[in-house]
Amino acid sequence: MAASAAARTSIGLTLRFHRVIPDCSKCPLYRLKSCTSNRANPQRRSSFNSFRTMNRHLQTSKCNSNSEDPDDVVNVVFIDRSGKRIPVKGKTGDNVLFLAHKHGIELEGACEASLACSTCHVYVSAAHFDKLPEPEEREDDMLDMAPMLQENSRLACQIVLTPDLDGIELTLPKVTRNFYVDGHVPKPH
Amino acid sequence: FSHLSFAVCGKAFLSSGSPKVCIVGSGPAGFYTAQHLLKAHQNVQVDVYERLPVPFGLVRFGVAPDHPEVKNVINTFTQTAKHPRCSFYGNVNVGEDVSVDELQEAYHAIVLSYGAEGNRSVGVPGEDLPGVYSAKDFVGWYNGLPSCQELRPDLSCETAVILGQGNVALDVARILLSPLDALKKTDITQPALEALAQSRVCRVLIVGRRGPMQVASTIKELREMVNLPGTRPEMVAADFDGVAEALKDLPRPRKRLTELMLKTALEMPTEKEQERRKKASRIWGFRFFRSPVEILAEPGCNRVAGVRLAVNKLEGSGEKAQAVLTGEVEDVPCGLVISSIGYRSLPIDPTVPFDSRRAIVPNSMGRVHNAAGLYCSGWLKTGPTGVIATTMNSSFDTARSLLEDVESGKLDVSSAKPGSHMISSLLEKRGVKPVTFSDWEKIDDLETRRGEVSGKPREKILTVAAMLKVAQT
Repeated sequence: MAASAAARTSIGLTLRFHRVIPDCSKCPLYRLKSCTSNRANPQRRSSFNSFRTMNRHLQTSKCNSNSEDPDDVVNVVFIDRSGKRIPVKGKTGDNVLFLAHKHGIELEGACEASLACSTCHVYVSAAHFDKLPEPEEREDDMLDMAPMLQENSRLACQIVLTPDLDGIELTLPKVTRNFYVDGHVPKPH
Repeated sequence: FSHLSFAVCGKAFLSSGSPKVCIVGSGPAGFYTAQHLLKAHQNVQVDVYERLPVPFGLVRFGVAPDHPEVKNVINTFTQTAKHPRCSFYGNVNVGEDVSVDELQEAYHAIVLSYGAEGNRSVGVPGEDLPGVYSAKDFVGWYNGLPSCQELRPDLSCETAVILGQGNVALDVARILLSPLDALKKTDITQPALEALAQSRVCRVLIVGRRGPMQVASTIKELREMVNLPGTRPEMVAADFDGVAEALKDLPRPRKRLTELMLKTALEMPTEKEQERRKKASRIWGFRFFRSPVEILAEPGCNRVAGVRLAVNKLEGSGEKAQAVLTGEVEDVPCGLVISSIGYRSLPIDPTVPFDSRRAIVPNSMGRVHNAAGLYCSGWLKTGPTGVIATTMNSSFDTARSLLEDVESGKLDVSSAKPGSHMISSLLEKRGVKPVTFSDWEKIDDLETRRGEVSGKPREKILTVAAMLKVAQT
């Protein structure tokens, strides 16, 4: 738990604890059945109910693997918006968005990994793109909102590291300066 | 990007001196601009001014109550507000309590990010009839915006017509038709919840000038309507002529959205879905190729009784398709009309350039034209469209422009400026007491505790006077 607590502090997320249970159905680890937390089992929900009745704060940082085993290391390269390559060492089970935050990579996560925004949009290296599990419909819906969508676009908050993703490269889309010149196409809101 | 390691993240522009920047408006545009400035410059001091006692703008007052995850961004903004080089001053009306000229004296640069508080008028007779509301006001009403608490919309009719087919229109439709159980656990205001509990509205038509391939809404919101418990869709099949054929050439987002619409409108539902629809007591549907030309009242009765819609056809295709009148009209009886055709920025200070045709502050990449030291971000800069992510990118762009100007000397930060000291004493002389961020946290805390009583994330305080009482005693 210490590693998770440290990750939470460095991220600076303010987690509020309501009298509600975290929604494990949203956590990619749960979906991949690689969640080691005890909490996932008693609160198992059979299917995602898109109709929310409770306010939920996702706590995937708690589900990060705490293993210190060097065999668990997964090498990741982030390529930031200026093209700079930033290699980092992650572990199996790490959520790639939180890994990015831990290393000061400029990847926003406005909705805190709850599939309600597209600010963690990244391009995945060709060699690894097909190794990722198919996005669920909700991720595709949010990806549709991301500017400069490409074939290899994914939301970083939905990528969980596994050994076969070793060497994965994640490129942050360049934010164009010419976003809103005259004659721009209105975007939804 | 809420991280405390600002000083360590090494992208500092190496300027000497302590630039003081003032940001007007504390919604996503204001906070994202602040965030970027603080991260990129080791010495910049950022002061955020907000007219209301409470921060966060449309995240608090615009995002629908049943979209709580979208509001998670508040945690990021809170981290920014609590940054040692950032200060929040709520309850300060720029343009009334203090002028932009005075702010320019006090600060090296001003970033205007006060958004769009007005709305586009439909411009047809009958728009002022009781029973006609702007979506901006309706959303403000159920989200607790103090200036909209007296709206008291009449929900005693069966049919509501929403003009406009963007995400705000879908939000309004969804709130009107959601089962009460779903809304009870959200941060929707108590008076709105009570009004909706009494609502007889059971049919909502969402009307647009053009066709299915021009809707401005997005797939997430459409899916929520399709899946809304207790409701069934009612569309006009003929509106979808030619759409299936056009699908293959569409870019992915538009394609997926259109496919979902087609499926909902035309496809034979599964047996399970047919059962569900039979039991549904509430109806929603899009009506395409219709423009409002008049809002009608029953003779002798001063209330909306219907909308007269002109029938259009499309010229051109895709985003640029234009609606052209055919000469036909059609009257739709209804007791509630909500116009959701766009928000609109307003000028707040005569010294700030304002383009009243486009309702934005004229600028290039966030630098206000003909106004040294003035910048803008968010909807005031680009017009009132875009989600939080869009505003984020736009705000980062403005921050970059400002920082480039510091670096190049175009923005002179060499002489010291008094910053908030000057403004605070001006405000004190004028009897204005700013609400600090920890004052806001008292309001936040009370709202949260009140919400716990009824299983809601918060029970919002609904008047400025009540907010100030909590904040400042």
